[in-house]
Amino acid sequence: MTATDVSPAEPNHNLRFLEEVSAATAGVSRLEMCIQCGTCGGSCPSADDMDHTPRMLFAMIRAGMRDEALRSNTPWICVSCYHCVVRCPQDVHIADVMYTLKSMAVRAKLYRDAKAPEFSQTFVDAIENYGRSFEFGLATRHYLRHFPLRLPGMAPMGLGLLTKQRMSMTPHRIDGIDQLKAILARAKELELTS
Amino acid sequence: MTQYLFYPGCAMESSARAYAASLASVARTLDLDLAEVKDWNCCGATEYLGINLIPAYALIGRNLALAAQQAKQQNGSGAHTLVASCSACYLNLAKADHYMAERPVLGDRVNEALAVGGLGYKPGTLQIRHLLDVLINDIGISRIREKVTRPLHGLRVAPYLGCMVPRPDYDHRWSDHEQPDELDRVLRALGAEVIDFPLKSECCGGHMPQISPNTAFELIRRLLQGADQYKADLIVTVCPMCQMNLDAYQDETNRHFHTRYRLPTVFFTQVMGLAFGEDPGALGFGSEIVDARPALARIGTAPVAAEPSGAGPRAKAAGLPMPGRRPEERER
Amino acid sequence: MTTQPQDPAQPKEKIGVYVCHCGSNIAGIVDVAEVREWAGQRLAGRGVTVARDYKFMCSSLGQELIEKDIKEQGLNRVVVAACSPHLHEGTFRTACGRAGLNPYLCELVSIREQVSWVHTDKHAATDKAKAVVSGGVERVRHHTPLEPLRVAIHPATLVVGGGIAGIQAALELADAGKKVYLVEREPSIGGHMAQFDKTFPTLDCAACILTPRMVSAGNHPNITLLTWSEVTEVHGYVGNFTVKIKQRARHVKTELCTGCGICQEKCPKKVIDDVYEAGLGYRKAVYTPFPQAVPKYPVIDVENCTYFRKGTCRACEKLCPTGAIDFAQKDEVLTVQVGNIILATGFDLFNPQKVTQYGYGRLANVFTSLEFERLTNAAGPTNGAIVLRDGKTVPKSVGIIHCVGSRDRNFNNYCSAICCMQSLKFAHLVKERTGATVYNFYIDIRTTAKAYDEFYQRVLEEGTLFVRGRVAEVTDAARLPGEEGKLILQVEDTLAGKQRRIPVDMVVLSAGLQPRADAKATAQVFGLSCSADGWFIEKHPKLDPVATMTEGVFIAGCISGPKDIPASVAQGSAAAARVLSTIDKGEITLEPVRASINATQCSGCRICNTLCPFGAISFLEADRVSEVNPALCQGCGTCVAACPAGAISGTGFSNDQILSQIEGLLMLNMEYA
Repeated sequence: MTATDVSPAEPNHNLRFLEEVSAATAGVSRLEMCIQCGTCGGSCPSADDMDHTPRMLFAMIRAGMRDEALRSNTPWICVSCYHCVVRCPQDVHIADVMYTLKSMAVRAKLYRDAKAPEFSQTFVDAIENYGRSFEFGLATRHYLRHFPLRLPGMAPMGLGLLTKQRMSMTPHRIDGIDQLKAILARAKELELTS
Repeated sequence: MTQYLFYPGCAMESSARAYAASLASVARTLDLDLAEVKDWNCCGATEYLGINLIPAYALIGRNLALAAQQAKQQNGSGAHTLVASCSACYLNLAKADHYMAERPVLGDRVNEALAVGGLGYKPGTLQIRHLLDVLINDIGISRIREKVTRPLHGLRVAPYLGCMVPRPDYDHRWSDHEQPDELDRVLRALGAEVIDFPLKSECCGGHMPQISPNTAFELIRRLLQGADQYKADLIVTVCPMCQMNLDAYQDETNRHFHTRYRLPTVFFTQVMGLAFGEDPGALGFGSEIVDARPALARIGTAPVAAEPSGAGPRAKAAGLPMPGRRPEERER
Repeated sequence: MTTQPQDPAQPKEKIGVYVCHCGSNIAGIVDVAEVREWAGQRLAGRGVTVARDYKFMCSSLGQELIEKDIKEQGLNRVVVAACSPHLHEGTFRTACGRAGLNPYLCELVSIREQVSWVHTDKHAATDKAKAVVSGGVERVRHHTPLEPLRVAIHPATLVVGGGIAGIQAALELADAGKKVYLVEREPSIGGHMAQFDKTFPTLDCAACILTPRMVSAGNHPNITLLTWSEVTEVHGYVGNFTVKIKQRARHVKTELCTGCGICQEKCPKKVIDDVYEAGLGYRKAVYTPFPQAVPKYPVIDVENCTYFRKGTCRACEKLCPTGAIDFAQKDEVLTVQVGNIILATGFDLFNPQKVTQYGYGRLANVFTSLEFERLTNAAGPTNGAIVLRDGKTVPKSVGIIHCVGSRDRNFNNYCSAICCMQSLKFAHLVKERTGATVYNFYIDIRTTAKAYDEFYQRVLEEGTLFVRGRVAEVTDAARLPGEEGKLILQVEDTLAGKQRRIPVDMVVLSAGLQPRADAKATAQVFGLSCSADGWFIEKHPKLDPVATMTEGVFIAGCISGPKDIPASVAQGSAAAARVLSTIDKGEITLEPVRASINATQCSGCRICNTLCPFGAISFLEADRVSEVNPALCQGCGTCVAACPAGAISGTGFSNDQILSQIEGLLMLNMEYA
């Protein structure tokens, strides 16, 4: 099933990407309402580490700069603090657009740093297998692969979490895991894309 | 006594056991009846949404559907309050409820997926609230104050809510998006000295320790620096993720910046339990990585008259009059 | 041809139908030739004897077409299918009148606003246009000749609000020899302008240009100045309003008071002045708001006066050299007759405490624009010294934030119009008086009036630093070296594409303007309406900006939306001119389209009394029936539809007219035709 609720394809090539992003965003994105005031970029606690401020990213989306926008690390650095969302004078759903850009970058394999998408994927795999998150498995897999050098320094903390029973070495599987798997399988067929 | 449906979330079973234990104790003291949603699944945190959309909302939707079903069995209508203790869980549940209504195509597809599992959820059926909201608005400050047997005099606390409780606040439940005072009021009722912490709703870094550690360390450092400027003994939080980042990653942050912060971070239910006279061990104290005992030893001592260092003058400065806070305008 | 019992085959009406192209406005969507042809053929049985289409019916040639047909073909009804009656009903009625036909036998139906502008399907639009014409034809058959109402105009005028707009209007009228009642809620006239030090873009001293006007208004033989007063009730209609004004007790006998000021000096009770000093300074419990106040007489603020609260003190009474203090004075209600009303009640400042991230009310050195005006004013709490909240430290750096509470869906959507220029003025004043580094944070600079952009250039030359970005937050949480003890403005410099943290000593919030908190209540007293955001609605935003939908009630200044001083003054004069033209004519004519109540059918249920949006219906206690005041009635038809007894009918919108128009719209008349 590919039907979506977007209007017929915009003839102007540049606007197609904007439409695509809006269609794949939860809620109503209001991206077209952005007045480039920079409230988001000013509010962002992690802006210093971003390639582009959120505002610039929105301008790029409107300019149809698909590859550049999807390659930007900005959505991956977004910490979902929602400061920009509540302050935005135009009520743009900024944080949700960031999620959209991440999933589009994953699909198009356009991200430059694999850490974040792989972390998310590992997390998601655990949920799809058990129905709950599995921090121990997630942490070991992720840190061994991406941060082997941090491990010695983190050992006391990790040990602390284990001995203080703040991390379980075995995952908890929910009873309705088959039901959940079936729901997610169907949901994947119903994905909102343009 | 109202019964609430309760969605604990994964962290309550692992990294935030102290939150779970102390909540159980506080709920007993305050006659708060929390019925756990049976066989709930993970809310997806901030990860699932970055991979896909409909599956992420279907994942959350299963929890909403189960909760509404359970409520229907209890009271026949399915209308009920669903309480979450973790900020990310609270936001995800509220977000799914909100967006399934705002964008009907999303709601329809989520329900189409849920139908495969024999489930369904009509947006608006459940009222989704954070634990702190229920404690302050349903139980009330006066009830909390009544139960205090060991006031936390002498303890200087930094109230820290993090991001996802006061924002985006779809249902307009919080006093403010930037400087909400709910946690301050609870802590003051316990007798603690509450600092006017300007960073109370700033970000703890979320999953950044795993994605971009330097970003995370900077965000954690800001919070520690801020709490330290105000000479806080203890940071009090309402979210497992915030507690984890400030507590477990404090050492690494110190190493990264060559700083020496030692600021214990605990859950608000832990200090509530303490003020209600419960034994610290039963409240999960001791499971924090940065030891809270030196801070707890301050309880009962004379409070230090400490002014924040490095901060500009606040409301009480002499000279020209300050604008008055007009309380009626703060109610929305 | 079939015959209908109630509709004779040969109707006595001879109707002309005129279909306008309006250039391509109508003809681009509606096939006007087809509509014309259809009307000429299919509606012939309904009395249409002439049907024409024309490029611009409103042109002289178009009008002459109608006049010629009336004279030569003996038309006795006219239907014009064109634009909204709001625009050209008068044009075509007048044309009919010139040709000797009673103007009210002409009906204008809209096939532009209601058809061509709102549809894209040409076929469907053409069909709808036919239905609209058909409805007009059926309706016009029931029209009767009417005569306009004539109303005499009382030559006095009520002006509400003593700010610059109200003062201007009052002076224009008074100088023309007309009597004016100028009502002001505060103890003195002057309004917001009296709080300012300098006015942009010329930097004239506000007091120097305002106080002469205030004095003129205070001394003018034709102006009755009523300060410390509010209008409580308005009855009547254009030409004949009866107005009740509550004069609050001043507790000062104005006939004895010399304005010497001893009472204020000696009063022991100091109060924060939230009005004139914008909360930044103090006044006494007995006070005049400022030295040049007009009138010069003080008032006693009973809420704060020690004698009124506790029963002792009386310092002012004891020390007044002329014995002018009178604690026993009571509020009085004055009733006056006026022919016209001008409302100039101004604005409130947006309260920036709502924008929590800017820290106003929490961080001492964050100021509002009005507070800053008082700081710069030589008569203000610091005698014009720009200092921090401690009252002494001169800032070395100042950040000025534009658009606070404006252009923001969380607060007010609209642009407040004055903030850009006001912020530029502040930047200039800070530079001039302190030499401090000044930052202006803006989204867009809007300097659209005369000499405004030149002022922007001047401020740029003076070295003010402009950062294009809406400030995200103001915090005292120092993070980086150099931030300790400062207010830090965190902002994206959108032109550099970088987030910046700029530490300053003082922050000024250019807060927006918003409607008065009691605007809705005021609107109710005067029978006016406010838009969704609370500003009063003009009769026409472009072509009739100072009139309202209520005849005889005009508006001027910020009551209808944010305006700067030049625009407010222009509106004050404009409103006065509108009033003068009616006074000089002695009477005005009103549309005869009015409701009337058949007293024998009225059950006295009074449903219509509360429904009437113009307060035109009153209940006659003696006869137990309701009655419509024809001068107040605007012919909206609400009461006609609501009357359960069917006792109300409208001249020009009788049941016959409405029902037959509906029949026509539904093409039910095709059965007769």
